[in-house]
Amino acid sequence: MNSILLKRLAMGAAVIGSAVWGRSAEIPEAVRKAEEARIAAVAKAMPAAVCVFAKGGQGGGSGVVVTPDGYALTNYHVVRPCGMTMQCSMPDGRLYDAVLVGVDPVGDVALIKLMGRDDFPVAELGDSDTVRVGDWCFAIGNPFLLATDFQPTVTYGIVSGVHRYQYPAGTLLEYADCIQTDAAINPGNSGGPLFDAQGRLIGINGRGSFEKRGRVNVGVGYAISINQIKNFMGYLRSGRIVDHATLGATVATSSDGTVRVTDILESSDAYRRGLRYDDEVLSLAGRAVDSANVFKNILGTLPKGWRVPLRFRRDQQTHSIFVRLAGVHAGNELLEKLQGRRRPPRPQPQPGDPQDKDKKDREKNGRPPAPPMHPQPKQTPIPKHLARFVKKRKGFANYYFNVLNRDRVWSAFRKKKGPVEQTGKWELRGKQEGAGEVVITLTADQITGTFPQGRFLVDLSKDWDGQLGPAGSGGLLTALACWKRWLTVGPKAYGEVVYIGTCPIPGRDRLFDVLHATYGTVDTRLYFDPDSGDLVLLEMYPDANVDPCEIYFGDYRDVDGVSLPFRMDVRFGNGKFGVLVWEKVTLGRLQSARVDPKERPVAESVKQTSIFGSGGHA
Amino acid sequence: MIGRPWTVPVVSRTPEALLALVGCLFVLAAPLSAQTNLRSLAAVVSEVQPKVVKIYGSGGLRGLEAYQSGILVSAEGHVVTVWSYVLDSEEFLFVVLDDGQRFPAKIVNHDPRLEIAVLKIDGHDLPHFDLDKGVSLEVGNGVLAFSNLFGVATGAEPVSVLHGRVSATTKLTARRGAFETVYKGPVYVVDAMTNNPGAAGGALTDVRGRLAGLLGKELRNALTNVWLNYAIPVDQWRQSVQDMIAGKNPPRIANASTQKPERPHTVERLGILLVPDVLAKTPPFVDQVEPGSAAERAGLQPDDLILFVDGNVADSIEALREELSYIDRIDPVSLTIQRGDELLEIELKLTPTEADR
Repeated sequence: MNSILLKRLAMGAAVIGSAVWGRSAEIPEAVRKAEEARIAAVAKAMPAAVCVFAKGGQGGGSGVVVTPDGYALTNYHVVRPCGMTMQCSMPDGRLYDAVLVGVDPVGDVALIKLMGRDDFPVAELGDSDTVRVGDWCFAIGNPFLLATDFQPTVTYGIVSGVHRYQYPAGTLLEYADCIQTDAAINPGNSGGPLFDAQGRLIGINGRGSFEKRGRVNVGVGYAISINQIKNFMGYLRSGRIVDHATLGATVATSSDGTVRVTDILESSDAYRRGLRYDDEVLSLAGRAVDSANVFKNILGTLPKGWRVPLRFRRDQQTHSIFVRLAGVHAGNELLEKLQGRRRPPRPQPQPGDPQDKDKKDREKNGRPPAPPMHPQPKQTPIPKHLARFVKKRKGFANYYFNVLNRDRVWSAFRKKKGPVEQTGKWELRGKQEGAGEVVITLTADQITGTFPQGRFLVDLSKDWDGQLGPAGSGGLLTALACWKRWLTVGPKAYGEVVYIGTCPIPGRDRLFDVLHATYGTVDTRLYFDPDSGDLVLLEMYPDANVDPCEIYFGDYRDVDGVSLPFRMDVRFGNGKFGVLVWEKVTLGRLQSARVDPKERPVAESVKQTSIFGSGGHA
Repeated sequence: MIGRPWTVPVVSRTPEALLALVGCLFVLAAPLSAQTNLRSLAAVVSEVQPKVVKIYGSGGLRGLEAYQSGILVSAEGHVVTVWSYVLDSEEFLFVVLDDGQRFPAKIVNHDPRLEIAVLKIDGHDLPHFDLDKGVSLEVGNGVLAFSNLFGVATGAEPVSVLHGRVSATTKLTARRGAFETVYKGPVYVVDAMTNNPGAAGGALTDVRGRLAGLLGKELRNALTNVWLNYAIPVDQWRQSVQDMIAGKNPPRIANASTQKPERPHTVERLGILLVPDVLAKTPPFVDQVEPGSAAERAGLQPDDLILFVDGNVADSIEALREELSYIDRIDPVSLTIQRGDELLEIELKLTPTEADR
């Protein structure tokens, strides 16, 4: 560098500095504090950052670890080319094997699990609903896959917009309620974390606006809000390919600024709950709806199958309902869409085929055959040490994690004691609050119930879904048959039992583990308290498009090794059937060939285990 | 220099280098000072956002986005934005506020020299920038850029905000030939990515939210393909906007009360042949110049675009004809024309013979 240039540089720098010249050569205290705070935030956030590399160098992206046992978030579009396993580097300089857990293709989120530790550094989850435009934020990730030294890149910026809705790109990816930032988000940052100024995770970076500027950052990146991902976390852990929600109704902002229902499916739960054309929607899932866009934003953050509060107004009257949300995609539509993104295999050229000649010509000209339009996931073999964490099954990203969670829920429910052994005649004796005496007996062949309104019977040898007594319960006796089956045989023998994830229950401010169990033509959903393991709610669906019979279980009493609910709140549709309070519950043990050798033969064919309740309710 | 750390000059311990070191300290300190606004930046943003509007108009074809940004400069709804094809038709011109209110907009006037326009919506008590309280920026100052880039914000969503610093204050003429632009005056070059579709017409403010400039139209360096992120300082357009709002230099077509002379100028008598008048507002492009005419003597050329007649806007062939009808043949006519990306002033004068013929 010559001295003239140096002199110019120096003068230029002096001029720039002259604005504050002479005040103080010291850096102000506030500036130093702010810098320290920023450095501390980056230092706090950095250890949980993950750089994802597909095996065989077929791309990659970023991610972030959110649990000490290695569950990490990334984008669906990052893991898609990776297959079932990938490699992840962390700033500690180590490379970890990871397996795919679950994917949300619509929300562009994937959950992976890093292997080999149970003390991974984790990101602290923030609350993306409190993020304001103008807040400082930073992204950590692997832009342009630079992190070959395992050290991720930090880019700093501000929040440029919140609650943004980005229309589906192609057929699937929809970014609802996302955070817009001018922190540089480049290819390779996908799946990586966006942190607030305190180093709390507020989003997963995944998209940018590029258009005519080529695929580099132009100041507009988008992050999926962490609050949306919190809703989906249980679903992602299920190892499933999960779907987003739809209400079965469309809304539009009308000229007077209100948001009104413009169309509604009569088969939808919203319709059965009483929502009608032209009703004014006030709030959804606890968030105020002041435009159709806001409605779409809220709905886009909710998983299929959730039951959420909805408030609407008709004729100056406000109604509050809980609505079961259907999936955006019906049946196998989502799977087909995912597979549809892949090109069908080309027909193999035959000798003498013109294609073959064409190929020879190309080879003669020294040109390689054109690469396929989209790189296809190469079927890389799964490493031996990871094989036991990978189970392929249609409809699942990795069935291994479904079984893992199904069995976790079952173990917590049965406290590792296995199924209830008393498979004989069960008798529930008590009363229906405010109505009168109730006796229900459950045997292997039939369920009978004597209620104040009469006597009802379910013949278990016939189709269960056609026997829905007593009237107004939606099939209480059949639901109890499912309940007994669940208690006595467990998930492996019940039928098809799938772990759905975590879902809310109306009126309770936490999420519950949910299993979907199918036996014959009857579907049930079982909700478990994740702490106690108790079965809290059973929903029995005789058909997909009708309301289930709901039994809310309470007042569990642990007697003789079996924990049983002495209170059953039975609801159906918009009404309540009644609260059943048991005074005496008798579980009969069926005499079987397999008798415990230590047990003495009994005289009666059925051994009685009686549990007496107080008759009150907790 | 590639790969060498930029602190190299410090190593040679000359007085200049020491000065450079001191200067550098301040340069380093400047970016950090923005952090002192840590608590207030979100508040600043929420205060500014309602003053920036989304404008929807013509376009939508061949990569021409049918939207841009604008800023409110009066409580009654005057909006400053860039003059572009988006404003081609008042019939399809709408302004949407940050709260989702949607207004049809009228074009008050435009200034072709600055390529800006003033629109009017039918509002009252609107949040707005006070042009008299605009600020000047220096290199290194922190800035916020508010705009609806990429049309990200829709309905009741406020516009996007980017942050950055003033990288340079320079004149666009400095890069003459590289940038095709009519405006050649001073600009703030910023390191925020403001040069994006839909961002033009947005606000550049300091970190306290005070108006400093108007985000310019998309500009790409024809030689390097680099897009320039810039804003036109308030000082450059404040007077013009205030004049337009005050009703000065409006197209005379809007003010029919003025007396017309008996023997006015016409384009034909001046020797100007215009392109066919096929649109509602056909821009007055010169198609041919009659040999030996006043137009030829003044140096008018085919493809010139006539912008002003005696300082009055002539934004269509109809407006041009109307303007000329107010000027007596015996008086000279001064035209402001655009030739390529040059603005030229020429004067046309008829000989007595031509005037009498």
